[in-house]
Amino acid sequence: MSTTTDKLKEFVDKDYAYGFVTDIEQDTIPKGLDENTVRIISAKKEEPEWLLEWRLKAFRHWLTMTEPTWPNIHYPPIDYQDLRYYSAPKQDKDKPKSLDEVDPELLRTYEKLGISLEEQGRLAGVAVDAVFDSVSVATTFKDKLSEIGIIFCSFSEAVKEHPDLVRQYLGTVVPYSDNFFATLNSAVFSDGSFVYVPKGVRCPMELSTYFRINASDTGQFERTLIIADEGAYVSYLEGCTAPMRDENQLHAAVVELVTLDHAEIKYATVQNWYPGDKDGKGGIYNFVTKRGKCAGVKSKISWTQVETGSAITWKYPSCLLLGDDSIGEFYSVALTNNYQQADTGTKMIHVGKNTRSTIISKGISAGHGQNTYRGQVKILKSAEGARNYSQCDSLLLGDKCGAHTFPYIEVKNPTAQMEHEATTSKIGEDQLFYCNQRGIDTENAISMIVNGFAKQVLRNLPMEFAVEAQKLLGVSLEGSVG
Amino acid sequence: MTALIEIRNLHAKAKGLEILHGIDLTIQPGEVHAIMGPNGSGKSTLSQVLAGRDSFEVTEGEVIYKGKDLLSMAPEKRACEGVFLAFQYPVEIPGVNNTYFLKAALNSVRKYRGEEELDAMDFLKLVREKVKLIELDEELINRPVNEGFSGGEKKRNEIFQMAVLEPTFAILDETDSGLDIDALQIVAAGVNALRTKERSMLVITHYQRLLNHIVPDFVHVLVDGRIVRSGGTELALKLEEEGYGWLETKVS
Repeated sequence: MSTTTDKLKEFVDKDYAYGFVTDIEQDTIPKGLDENTVRIISAKKEEPEWLLEWRLKAFRHWLTMTEPTWPNIHYPPIDYQDLRYYSAPKQDKDKPKSLDEVDPELLRTYEKLGISLEEQGRLAGVAVDAVFDSVSVATTFKDKLSEIGIIFCSFSEAVKEHPDLVRQYLGTVVPYSDNFFATLNSAVFSDGSFVYVPKGVRCPMELSTYFRINASDTGQFERTLIIADEGAYVSYLEGCTAPMRDENQLHAAVVELVTLDHAEIKYATVQNWYPGDKDGKGGIYNFVTKRGKCAGVKSKISWTQVETGSAITWKYPSCLLLGDDSIGEFYSVALTNNYQQADTGTKMIHVGKNTRSTIISKGISAGHGQNTYRGQVKILKSAEGARNYSQCDSLLLGDKCGAHTFPYIEVKNPTAQMEHEATTSKIGEDQLFYCNQRGIDTENAISMIVNGFAKQVLRNLPMEFAVEAQKLLGVSLEGSVG
Repeated sequence: MTALIEIRNLHAKAKGLEILHGIDLTIQPGEVHAIMGPNGSGKSTLSQVLAGRDSFEVTEGEVIYKGKDLLSMAPEKRACEGVFLAFQYPVEIPGVNNTYFLKAALNSVRKYRGEEELDAMDFLKLVREKVKLIELDEELINRPVNEGFSGGEKKRNEIFQMAVLEPTFAILDETDSGLDIDALQIVAAGVNALRTKERSMLVITHYQRLLNHIVPDFVHVLVDGRIVRSGGTELALKLEEEGYGWLETKVS
């Protein structure tokens, strides 16, 4: 009914709370991209020759590539020469050794975002690496973790302190030639997080990276690499926000995960980049390549994502299931409101015997939002006894949004067991009226219904973040349906 | 005595078609009124209009509830003021826990009344007490709202919610439909336990059967959007024997 739609519409218009800009002196390089840009970035980071060579190889390959046109997203062409590829807060020549030496303005920024870099902070028990534009500004709990052999630091630092590990694994899951955006990232990536959990060690706390874009006209290209050695376990979470700007900003990240025998990595994302305004102006273009390799037997990689931000989201966190009996999981909630577009899903590539994968995708569309699930399940000939379960549900709020599902299934081994379920539903006037009649106002009713819809996914998040994510879903929908 | 609710010359339409052609009905505190009528006579429309469903448009008349203009209130405000509708077709809300839902409902009502919100422990105590009243399986209250419930379980869940929310004016819309005789007795016993001197009820039903268990103070017959006859329980019995035919001919 029209009145219900109006109520939905009112609900779906709420402002982005993280849109402020931090006024801080930045070390930036001029706009434009050529081999020299790559060399400057590498030099600024004082990288070894092999890494520069790797970047250059990627850059030269990138020049031969074209932007993919297959996704179900629409945007004006990106001028890659009109972007800045490096921006970092100016700091004294030596990187700060402790939090006391970090620029207080930066600490305040993270404070404002609710991310306490003080180790006694709100999320005590969670170690945080904070990445501000192109560099990591602080990593907490580092010493405590290193006592049990866990390396948790910025990517740049890993290149300096643990070059062998980086060299051994960099590009082994997402090769430099993988795809247009991953290749661009390989050439110009700035910073990100690095984690290594040694044999038999269970990481005792949640590790977390908080990404913040601050500078204007600047792309963010972070790169994260996580390795869980035999029998190791780690749970990792990333969060992201950006200021409100009228221009679109590019974010092209790469995440590589590797699990050896019996190891497990849980990787969760709460993505809340600036989504653009109500008319679709501004917002982050989020083109991200995330992939995990279950290299060892009985290893497990689990992706959980809550995607509420960005003007455009293009990402397919995937699992390459090489080891026998390895397990891949993908749990996703993607919400598009106003003019946001998301084309997201996963790839599960079964190579080893008795490999299992689970895909639970929940798409929520409101306003003029377009939400596409794109998922591939591939069972190779070698994957005797592989199993997959996929469930893709879409929830529509209002009548101007869209939900699309593109499942690709390829089975080369007849012993495979595949299950696929998909549903599309609308938040009904019935449901809202039922809630209203019990005294619950429309705003809370929508938030409740949406969270109920997303519950299967949210319960995979670490507790503290599940609560945040629930609120985020409510807030992102406020004022959403037209 | 001031009436709890006074419905005056209520006309309402849906999709451009008038369904209620002028309803007059006054209910005093503590009274139970039954409305009977054939299919399509407007019984459910009346209940939905009183609860504030926006797919119906009130074109004429007024409803005074506790001295206030009921029709100008949003549905959630009516609920907070103590109007409760036991739905004919209770709605499923996947993934939303029944207890969580009910706690949110109770607390928004309490907040409206300026009362302290109940915490999880106190709420659980309340739920344990009320759940016995209608012999609802405790396992059901921890499942998603109405999801996977049988028809009878859904109806019982409605009365359970009513017991928790303690409304001033409860409308039971064909609560007996789809219930077998055992379930009907349990539901009726639950409803009777909730009868007080202050709480009024409007019981909408198709069959006289329910009224053997929930004995009303007044019975009204609704035909073609109008109340054509009012009386005591004997009217219900006459309808059971003779049907609605003799009334319809007289009206037109």
